[in-house]
Amino acid sequence: MIVSTVVLDPTDESRPAARTVGPRPGDLTGRTVGLLDIAKPRGEVFLDRLAELLAERGVTVRRYAKPTFTRPLPADLRAEIAAECDVVIEALAD
Amino acid sequence: MGSVPRVTTTASPPDDGLVVVVKQDCPTCRLVAPVLGDLGATVYSQDDPAFPDGVAVRDDTWLDASTALGIDVVPTLLRREGGVETARAEGWDREAWRGLSGVADLGAELPDWKPGCGSRTHDPEVADELLVRARGHELTARRVELAGLEDEAEALHDRGWTDGLPVVAPTLPRVLRMLAGTTRAPDEVVAVVPPNLAPATVEKIAVNAVLAGCRPEYLPVVLAAVEAACTPEFNAHGLLATTWSASPAVLVHGPVARRIGVNAGGNALGQGSRANSTIGRALQLVIRNVGGGRPGEVDRATLGQPGKVGLCFAEDEAGSPWEPLSVARGVPAGASAVTVFAAEGAHGLVDQISRTPASLARSLARGLQGVGHPKLAPGFDAVLVLAPEHVAVFAEGGWDRARFTTELDALLVAHAEELARGADGIEEGVPEPTGPRSKFRPGGLMVVVAGGGAGKFSTVLGGWVGGHGGSTPVTRVIEEA
Repeated sequence: MIVSTVVLDPTDESRPAARTVGPRPGDLTGRTVGLLDIAKPRGEVFLDRLAELLAERGVTVRRYAKPTFTRPLPADLRAEIAAECDVVIEALAD
Repeated sequence: MGSVPRVTTTASPPDDGLVVVVKQDCPTCRLVAPVLGDLGATVYSQDDPAFPDGVAVRDDTWLDASTALGIDVVPTLLRREGGVETARAEGWDREAWRGLSGVADLGAELPDWKPGCGSRTHDPEVADELLVRARGHELTARRVELAGLEDEAEALHDRGWTDGLPVVAPTLPRVLRMLAGTTRAPDEVVAVVPPNLAPATVEKIAVNAVLAGCRPEYLPVVLAAVEAACTPEFNAHGLLATTWSASPAVLVHGPVARRIGVNAGGNALGQGSRANSTIGRALQLVIRNVGGGRPGEVDRATLGQPGKVGLCFAEDEAGSPWEPLSVARGVPAGASAVTVFAAEGAHGLVDQISRTPASLARSLARGLQGVGHPKLAPGFDAVLVLAPEHVAVFAEGGWDRARFTTELDALLVAHAEELARGADGIEEGVPEPTGPRSKFRPGGLMVVVAGGGAGKFSTVLGGWVGGHGGSTPVTRVIEEA
């Protein structure tokens, strides 16, 4: 006789059946781009250059920085970025 | 009879009158069967609804009535008045049955007395099912049915619930038995687990403790460890996400360690002790399954270390000549507690020659300079596990824990010229140091006594960035232990 086993789910049951990515804008004209420095060394060098390139294309740029890369983004900063920007570019590594 | 049938005609026991509970598989029940018709009693049969012949029998193969009546022995004769039991006789005892029933010539042809048999409610074969029927409603975690042809170990692995080693299937009876290890309610939220910030209830942690292979008596330690690891100061999210190898480790303090068998002696950091092997693993599985922290996802470790499967040990408080670390950290003497700290793999420190505290302290300090990198100070936190033969040198020399800590701190100061970038031909180092620097931040080195009786070898567990920018060790008293 084949007996099925019932077990209890050890996860948070969110079942994020592949979280969907938000729609990407076709171009950046008239958009606001946030540049997020997570406080890894030389992240600002990379973001400074991006800011220059974006400004040349007439894109509005806003700069943000995490207090430290070792901790999650503070919730209020996350809300601020979400409210002010259409697109975010994050400098992740050293 | 492998399981309890799915149909029953059991009704609630009558509020007033006599009740008899029997089972066919009991010689004493078969002996008294012919007299049951004389009692005018409500008769319940635990195994065969056709037994006994000749009287109206209520089917109690589901054992609901037997459980409600608290039947330990069959046959049991009892009287109920106004919904309350007023008298009970277990087994066959003619005088007792006559007195209880008021039938003066009851069982004249039977022997005076014959002991009964165990009630089916105590049959191990049905214990799990009875447990689930009685308390299954307390479990709210999603039920997942594994198909009959799935190999259990493979099925659990395929669902992503394991660390790579096989896990114990968290069936309802196992989780209920695990929950019996704590006095805390199954729906109590113990912690919000990073990185997904998912709430972990006592039940959810119990499910993961079953997966990890814990025994129920370990659960209070696991709950305290999860609580400690999910505090902002421990910063489990950062510790998980860092490319560095360190990971949460669990140190158990106080009487609970010995009671549940957390090894503080020989091979304390190794394999072979179930509590050591499974408590740390349960914490890791909670972070993985509840918090969603998985290698290659938020866990970005470059190399990791073997203790990330789970690392748990205890301080040898009974064998130590020193005040326990827990007391030094503010836990009341005699209380049980856990300390969760960031740990790399264990690294041994040999000194078989030093016989004076001064020499051995210098020797250990030299070894500790290597944590992270010898030229980084302050660098990472660390835990020094002093073996019995080493701590004895300090105790015999009159050094207590406080003296040892003070002396070691002084030895762990390095000069700027040794630490500077480029010094000793090594580019790594402290950028432009202006003066001597301590290897560890204040409170960044914890000292624990553990290990076997032979061997002049202590061990260092390097940590991670200490303090606000990283992880601070967190101690929690286990209130219920």
